[in-house]
Amino acid sequence: MKKNIPLAIVIILGFIFVGWTFIPAKWMQDDFYTAFLEFTKTMSPFAVFLGIYSLVSMHYNRIRRKVPKWGYSYVTLTGLVVTATLGFVYGTQAGTPVQWIFRNFMMPISATMFSLLAFYMATAAYKSFRARSIEATVLLVAAIIIMLGQVPLGMAISRSWPINILDISQWIMDVPNLASKRGILLGVGLGSVATSLKILLGIERTYLGGGD
Amino acid sequence: MTLIGEIIAVFLTLAIFSFLYKDNPAYRFAEYLIVGVTVGYGLPLVYKNAFQPFVLQRIFVEHKFIFLIPVFFGILFWFRFSRNYGWLSRYPIAISMGMVGAGVTMSMNSMVLVQVRQAMIPLETFNIFLIFLGTITVMFYFFFSKAHTGLYGKFSRIGIWYMMIGFGASFGYTVMARISLLIGRLQFLADTFKGWIA
Repeated sequence: MKKNIPLAIVIILGFIFVGWTFIPAKWMQDDFYTAFLEFTKTMSPFAVFLGIYSLVSMHYNRIRRKVPKWGYSYVTLTGLVVTATLGFVYGTQAGTPVQWIFRNFMMPISATMFSLLAFYMATAAYKSFRARSIEATVLLVAAIIIMLGQVPLGMAISRSWPINILDISQWIMDVPNLASKRGILLGVGLGSVATSLKILLGIERTYLGGGD
Repeated sequence: MTLIGEIIAVFLTLAIFSFLYKDNPAYRFAEYLIVGVTVGYGLPLVYKNAFQPFVLQRIFVEHKFIFLIPVFFGILFWFRFSRNYGWLSRYPIAISMGMVGAGVTMSMNSMVLVQVRQAMIPLETFNIFLIFLGTITVMFYFFFSKAHTGLYGKFSRIGIWYMMIGFGASFGYTVMARISLLIGRLQFLADTFKGWIA
C-alpha cells in the first residue's frame, strides 16, 4: 500500500506509455494521451502550492528558531506576500504594480546576477590558462576564436589575415564542436534510456523517497 | 513612481555587483528579496493559468466532477511533510512518473537513433571524415570498461581534444552572452546617472 501500489502505478503507466509511442490508433494517441494530460494538468497546481508552502515554512522556521541571518527571511516573506497580494488584487498584465515590481526588482537583480558570471568565467579562464596544459590551451584558443567571430573587433583584426576569423569560428562550430556534442549526446541518450528503463522496471526507486 | 523605480533598480544592481568585493548584507538582502518576489510573482500566475482553468472552472462552472479524482491526487501532494501520512504523496508522484515509459523510446529515437543516422553518411569530404572521427573518439573516451592505454588511449586522447574544442565553443558563447548582459547593466547605470545629473 505504501510503496508497492505507487511502484505498480509507475510500471503499468510506464508500459502503457511505451505502447503509446508504437500504437498509432486514435484511442491511444488522442483519447488516452489527452485524458492523461488533463489529469496531470489538474494535479500540477497542487504541486506548485506545495513548493510555495515549503519555502514559507522554511523561512518561518528560520525566524522562529532565530538561526544565523534569520532577519533576511523577513525580506523573502515580505517580498512574496506583497508581490502575490498585488498580483491577486491588480492582476499581472502590463501596467499593473506587479509589472512595475518585475521591471524594477526582478529584472535588475536577475540580469546583474547573470552578468556577474562574466567576471567568474574570466577568473576561471585565467586559472585554466595558468595550468598550462595543452587541453586547457585548446579550450581557450577555441573560445577566443568563437568570441572574436561574434564581434566587429574580430572582423577588423582578421581583415589583414589570409583567412576570415568568421570562417574559422563557423568551421569550429560545424565540425569539431558538432562531433564532440554528438558523441556526448549519444552517451547522454544511452544513459537516459538506461535510467528510464531502471525506473520502468522498478529497479530505481529513489523518487519514492525514504521510509516504509 | 519612475524615479522611485530607478532608485530601487540602481540600488539592487549595485547590491548584486558588491558581491565582487565580498559577501555583504546588501547583496544578501537582494538575494533573499529575489527569491520572495519571484515566488510571489509566480503564485498569481499559477492560480490564473493553472488552478482557475483546470480546477475551479472544470468543477464549479462546467460541473465535470470526474476532475475531482486528479484534484484528490493533487491534494495528496500536501502530505509530503506529514510524518505519518507522507507515503500518500507517493501516489501523485507515481502518476507523474508514469510518462517515463515514453522517455525510453523517445530518448532512444531523438538522442541515439537520429544522431547515429546523421553520423552514418558517406565520408565524401574531409570535414565529414573529421566529424565521424570526432564522434567515434569522443565515444571511445566515455567507454570505461577498457583501460585507456596503447592505441585505444591515443584514440580517446583525440576525443579529449575534440571535447575541449567543443567546450571552448560553448564557453565562448556563454562568455559573450554574460558580457552582453554586463554591458546592458553598465549601460543602464550610466544612462540612469546621466538622467539624474541632467
